[in-house]
Amino acid sequence: MDRIDLLIDVVLVLMVIGMVMNLGGLLLWVERKASAILQDRIGANRASILGKLPINLGIVNTLVADPIKLFTKEDFIPPGADKLLHTLAPIVAVVPALITMLVVPFGDIIVIGGREIELQAARLDVGILYILAMVSLGVYGIVLAGWSSNNRWALLGGIRASAQMISYEIAMGLALIGAVLTYGTMDLQEIARAQSGMLFGVLPNWGIFYQPLAFLIFLTAGIAESKRAPFDLPEAEPELISGYFTEYSGAKQAVFMLVDFLESIIVAGLITTLFFGGWQVPLLDRTGIQFPWGGGIPLPSLVVTLMQVGAFTGKVFFFCWLQIMIRWTLPRFRYDQLMILGWKILLPAALLNVLITALAVLISESLK
Amino acid sequence: MDAITFTVLSVLMVASAIRVVLNRSPVYSALSLVMLMSLLAVYFLYLDAHMVGVLQIIVYAGAVMVLFLFVIMLLNLQDSIQDYRQEKLWTMGILCATLFGELWFFFGRAGGESSAQHAVPEGFGTVISLSQKLFTDYLLPFEITSLLLLVAVVGAVVLAKR
Amino acid sequence: MADGKGRMAYGSDDTPESERSERAISHQANDESLGNGIMVPIHYHLMLSAVLFTIGALGVLLRRNTIVIFMSVELMLNAVNLSFVALARQWGSMDGQLIVFFVMAVAAAEAAVGLAIILMVFRNRETVNADELNLMRW
Repeated sequence: MDRIDLLIDVVLVLMVIGMVMNLGGLLLWVERKASAILQDRIGANRASILGKLPINLGIVNTLVADPIKLFTKEDFIPPGADKLLHTLAPIVAVVPALITMLVVPFGDIIVIGGREIELQAARLDVGILYILAMVSLGVYGIVLAGWSSNNRWALLGGIRASAQMISYEIAMGLALIGAVLTYGTMDLQEIARAQSGMLFGVLPNWGIFYQPLAFLIFLTAGIAESKRAPFDLPEAEPELISGYFTEYSGAKQAVFMLVDFLESIIVAGLITTLFFGGWQVPLLDRTGIQFPWGGGIPLPSLVVTLMQVGAFTGKVFFFCWLQIMIRWTLPRFRYDQLMILGWKILLPAALLNVLITALAVLISESLK
Repeated sequence: MDAITFTVLSVLMVASAIRVVLNRSPVYSALSLVMLMSLLAVYFLYLDAHMVGVLQIIVYAGAVMVLFLFVIMLLNLQDSIQDYRQEKLWTMGILCATLFGELWFFFGRAGGESSAQHAVPEGFGTVISLSQKLFTDYLLPFEITSLLLLVAVVGAVVLAKR
Repeated sequence: MADGKGRMAYGSDDTPESERSERAISHQANDESLGNGIMVPIHYHLMLSAVLFTIGALGVLLRRNTIVIFMSVELMLNAVNLSFVALARQWGSMDGQLIVFFVMAVAAAEAAVGLAIILMVFRNRETVNADELNLMRW
C-alpha cells in the first residue's frame, strides 16, 4: 500500500522534472528558430550527422548538437575566483527552478487500477506561497555566480539581478494575492478545478476574465523575474559582456542557459494555471464533452485525461512562445526605467488590483 | 519529529550557525545564515508548521538575506582579521557561558515536567487556521505590525535618499 | 509523525472528508502505520534553540563588522522562533506560530532600516567597523 503510494509520488516527481527539462531543451531550439524568423534569417540548419551525411534532421540534430558542443567545451575556472562558490552557483540556480513546477497540476484525476491519482506531483495547501519561496531562492545562484567570478562585470550583473528580482517579486506576489482572493485557496489544483464550466454561456470560466490586471502584472513581473529581454539587464551583452555568467563556460554555462528557459516555463505554467484554466478544456468535463445547449459526447476517462494534459502542455507552450516573441521584439530597458516600471507602475497597479478584488469579493459575499 | 531527523537537522544547523559567527568572509557568513534559515524551514515543516515554514523561506531566505548579500556586495567588503575582537575574550566567554547555562538549566527542566505532547487539532499550522487566528484574536497586533512596516519603509527611503 | 498528521497537509481543512482525494487519506493512514513512536521530547528542541541563541550572542560580542553583528542578531531571532514553533507543537496551539509570524515581520522591517543605516554610515565614514563608529561615545 505505502510502497505503491511512494512509487506513484516518485514517478510523478520524475515525470514533472523530466517534462520541464525536456521542454527547456526544446525551447533552446525554438528560440534560435524564432529569433531567426523574426530577423528574416534561416537560423540553425547546419548540424548534420558527422558533417558529411546529407541527412539534415533539423530539429533533432540541433537539439543534440547544441548540448554536445556545450558539454564538451573546457570547464574554465578563472584564477582568483572562489572555486567552491563558482562551482556551486549553477547548482544553486537550477535546483529551485527544477522543483517549482512540482506544485503545478497538469491534469485532473487519472484512475489506474481503481486508484485515483491526482496529476500533480506535490499537493500543498500553501502551493502559491511555495512557488513564491522557490522563485525568491532562485536569485542566489545568480548573485553567487556574479560574486564568485572575481570579475567586475559579473559582479555588476549579480548586483543588478538581486535588485531587479527583489523589486519585481513584490509586484508578482501582489498580483498573486488578487488570484488567491478570487479563488479563496492557495492550492493550485483547487484553483484549476474552480475554473471549470462556462461564463455567460460563451466564454470559458477562466481567471483572465476575473483578473485581467493581475494577469498583465504577473506576465510583466514574471518576464522580469526570468531575466529575459526587455528585462535582461543582469546579462546585458553590450554593457556587461554576459553579466553574471561572463566567466562560465561549458556545462555550467549550459546550466545557466537552461535556468533561463526553466524560468520561462515556470512563468508560462503559472499563467496557465492561474489565468487560463490550467488543464481545463472548454466544454470538457470528466465524462466527456458537454454542450451548453444540452447533449454531449461521452468520452472514456483516459481520453479526457489525455486531452487535459495536452491542453495544459499546449497552453504552456503558447506562453513560452509568447515570451520568446516579446524577447525578440522589445528593446532593453534602461536601469532607471526598469526600477520606475517596477516600483511606480506595477506596484501601485497591483495594490489597486488587490483593493478592487477585495471589494468585489466582499460585495459578492454579502449579496449571497 | 523522530530522533534521526532531529540529529541530522540540529547538527547541520549548529554547524552553519558557527560558520555564520566565525567565518572571515561576510559573504560566506551570509550564505551560512541562508543555509541555517532553509534548514529551519524544513524543521518547521516537521513541527507541523507548514505556513510558517514557507514564510520562513520567503521572508528570511528570499528577502532579508538577499538584501544582506546585496549590501555586502555593494560595499565590496573584504575579509579582514581585524574583524574579530582580540581583547576581553574572557568576559565574553563568561557572559556567553552564563547565558547558555541559564537557558540549558531552564529548558532542561521543561522536559521533566511535561514531556507528554498534546494532540494536534485538525488543520494545525495550515493557511486557514493561521489566518483565522490572525484576523480574530490577533487583529490589533496585525494592524500595528502593518503600521510598523509602513514606518520602516518610509524610514528606509528617507535614509537612503539623502 | 507518530500522531498520523501528514507532513504537508494534503487538501485544505474546510473540505469535508468525503471531498478529499483517496490519495490524501491513504497518506494519512500510512503515516499512522509508519509512525515508529520515537518522538523527540520538547526540551531537545528548546536546547537546540538555546545553543543557536548563544552562538548568535557570541557573534554579536565577538565581531566588529556591523553587518556580521546584524546577521548574528537575525540568528538569535531565528533561535527564538524555533522555540516558539516547538512549543506551539507541544501544546497544540497556534499562538506560538502567530508570534513567529510577527517576529518575521519585525525582522524584515529591522533589516530594511538597519541596512539603510549601514549604507549611510558607510557613505559618510567609509567603514562598517563597529569600533570606529564611536562618534556618539562619551
